[in-house]
Amino acid sequence: MKTMLAIISNALCRMTGRNAGARVVVSRSFADFTPQATFDIKKCDLHRLEEGPPLKAELTRDQGLQYYRTMQTVRRMELKADQLYKQKIIRGFCHLYDGQEACAAGIEASINPTDHLITAYRAHGYTYTRGVSIKEILAELTGRKGGVAKGKGGSMHMYAPHFYGGNGIVGAQVPLGAGIALACQYQGNNQLCVTLYGDGAANQGQLFESFNMAALWKLPCIFICENNKYGMGTSVERASASIDYYKRGDFIPGIRVDGMDVLCVREATKFAADHCRSGKGPIVMELQTYRYHGHSMSDPGVSYRTREEIQEVRTKSDPISMLKERMLSNNMASVEEFKEIDVDIRKQVEEAAQFATSDPEPPLEDLCNHIFYNNPPLEVRGTNPWSKLKSVS
Amino acid sequence: NEQKGQKTPATVTVRDALNQAMDEELERDERVFLLGEEVAQYDGAYKVSRGLWKKYGDKRIIDTPISEMGFAGIAVGAAMAGLRPICEFMTFNFSMQAIDQVINSAAKTCYMSAGLQAVPIVFRGPNGASAGVAAQHSQCFAAWYAHCPGLKVVSPWNSEDAKGLLKSSIRDDNPVVFLENELLYGVPFEMSEEAQSKDFTIPIGKAKVERAGSHITLVSHSRYVGHCLDAAAVLAKEGIECEVINLRTIRPMDVESIEASVMKTNHLVTVEGGWPQFGVGAEICARIMEGSAFNYLDSPVTRVTGVDIPMPYAKILEDHSLPQIKDIIFSVKKTLNV
Repeated sequence: MKTMLAIISNALCRMTGRNAGARVVVSRSFADFTPQATFDIKKCDLHRLEEGPPLKAELTRDQGLQYYRTMQTVRRMELKADQLYKQKIIRGFCHLYDGQEACAAGIEASINPTDHLITAYRAHGYTYTRGVSIKEILAELTGRKGGVAKGKGGSMHMYAPHFYGGNGIVGAQVPLGAGIALACQYQGNNQLCVTLYGDGAANQGQLFESFNMAALWKLPCIFICENNKYGMGTSVERASASIDYYKRGDFIPGIRVDGMDVLCVREATKFAADHCRSGKGPIVMELQTYRYHGHSMSDPGVSYRTREEIQEVRTKSDPISMLKERMLSNNMASVEEFKEIDVDIRKQVEEAAQFATSDPEPPLEDLCNHIFYNNPPLEVRGTNPWSKLKSVS
Repeated sequence: NEQKGQKTPATVTVRDALNQAMDEELERDERVFLLGEEVAQYDGAYKVSRGLWKKYGDKRIIDTPISEMGFAGIAVGAAMAGLRPICEFMTFNFSMQAIDQVINSAAKTCYMSAGLQAVPIVFRGPNGASAGVAAQHSQCFAAWYAHCPGLKVVSPWNSEDAKGLLKSSIRDDNPVVFLENELLYGVPFEMSEEAQSKDFTIPIGKAKVERAGSHITLVSHSRYVGHCLDAAAVLAKEGIECEVINLRTIRPMDVESIEASVMKTNHLVTVEGGWPQFGVGAEICARIMEGSAFNYLDSPVTRVTGVDIPMPYAKILEDHSLPQIKDIIFSVKKTLNV
């Protein structure tokens, strides 16, 4: 029993990142916690499907703590970005993801790291779940050389293996995602591509071109509409003749999912992934979710919706609170444990912000680099004819 | 007189040269594939991809629906994920539907990602005026695409150009806009033994002196290289020796070759099919002015261009919308003040 406690203690220490031997178990021993529980999840609305995702989801203690940690990290990272933006340390565009964490966490929990993912500009959450560190994300936002794109890209242009950004042009990422899926099919590697877009982008023509080709060629592509009810300041009712985004794929089957419940998102994405991998072709998922911030940092977010609406979502549907309450009421973890995770995350985010504010900006020598890939150096014209700059790959 | 393993020079049309280039690159690298409207079962709207679908099948030669923005984006995504697509626009006029994918998704991505994400893609198709196809089907896009950092823009003239440059473009790890010319597809040119080899490539970014001369430099790209050579032949009879430079690549432009020529001849005429304002010739003028060759000019640079109008339909009007050989001859003489 003692050995087992030590093993579990060490495991938990690794997860929380603290030194072995520190006080991890608080008022109760591990043997008291429920290791696994089954939860009822909302039924998904189906389009052109006989069966949908299951109505129950299993959650282990470890998974729960991991999902909590992921979502809380994204939440705190985005709030830190808000702070830095207001201090004018982050400039330009900054589209925050707080409120939508269950989408990114749930999707990542159901696909493989070798699968592919592409999204639009509200991308910081996915950049994190796809493996980029908080440090590199914040430093990219502050435009420093330690940023994931060396400060050259900014908020909307962050990349990682099997993660294709971060795309600034509304809807353009959808054909790209279908193309990544084509590459998966072509290479026969059983991988798929998760292609995300918003309720605003759902009306872009290029989406329908992508749906057509993806269905025609049975591309392994999960098209996911993150419906947060507003495209900038235009509500879905004012933008779309049909707000049933899960049906907009027409001949492509669709599922409408509660995007505030990480378990619902996970089960639905698992279902969708199985559909794609079995060669049935693409599938559309609509995640009903909500953003607490305005469209971007230059939008207070209250001219087109009420503060009451925002507050109601916070109190009744917050994805992080929902998961926490589920775990607490099923005795899967303790309040203190969650507190410790919160403290640890705050510390990590603070350290990352420290780095992001102290790391130097990219050197001027880097100005013209990376125009081309794998290319001999070339000369680049500067602002005047005597300014001959150099570009290396 | 064929020796073992050697080929004699052959006469090959531009169409066949392009076809050979794609065939060889498809065979060489299984990541290469071709997509576009009618490229497979129709053998290509202009028969450039004739026989490729029969040889390589549905996986490598893909007929797309009429969805330029969609399939160009799909091609770019495939390139990001490790393939090497050749994306055909039936004509570059239709590329305007997809231009956001070419510029914002393809051209800028390597820079925005600080080198993390490459986009090895070729966008190819006929560019510029054809015959009788009127305003919406006759625009030259050389200047538009060559304006943008992150793209390479290639414009071949003859069969060797077509084959060598297309092979280089496909092997390049960056987005290349490859501007063909429909009127040249059926024109036969001699191809050297070297050019017939499967490893024959022409470097992107290097111009070629097609004809040496001492009195004046003519710089051109695509079909008008031929016009310049024809004009040079006529002028030679009057004792005026023109040096004709075939740009081959619009971006990056080989300004050094132009400058070296101008420092020899002291006179420069640019010839293009596109519109004059903000065009290829305008760029050459600016570059020459900013560089070492300016002091060698004995007269301002002259631009010969398409007329600044949408392309009309009636033959007589169409003929007068584009540079003719007599326009080049006239401009040369004006520039030389003879």
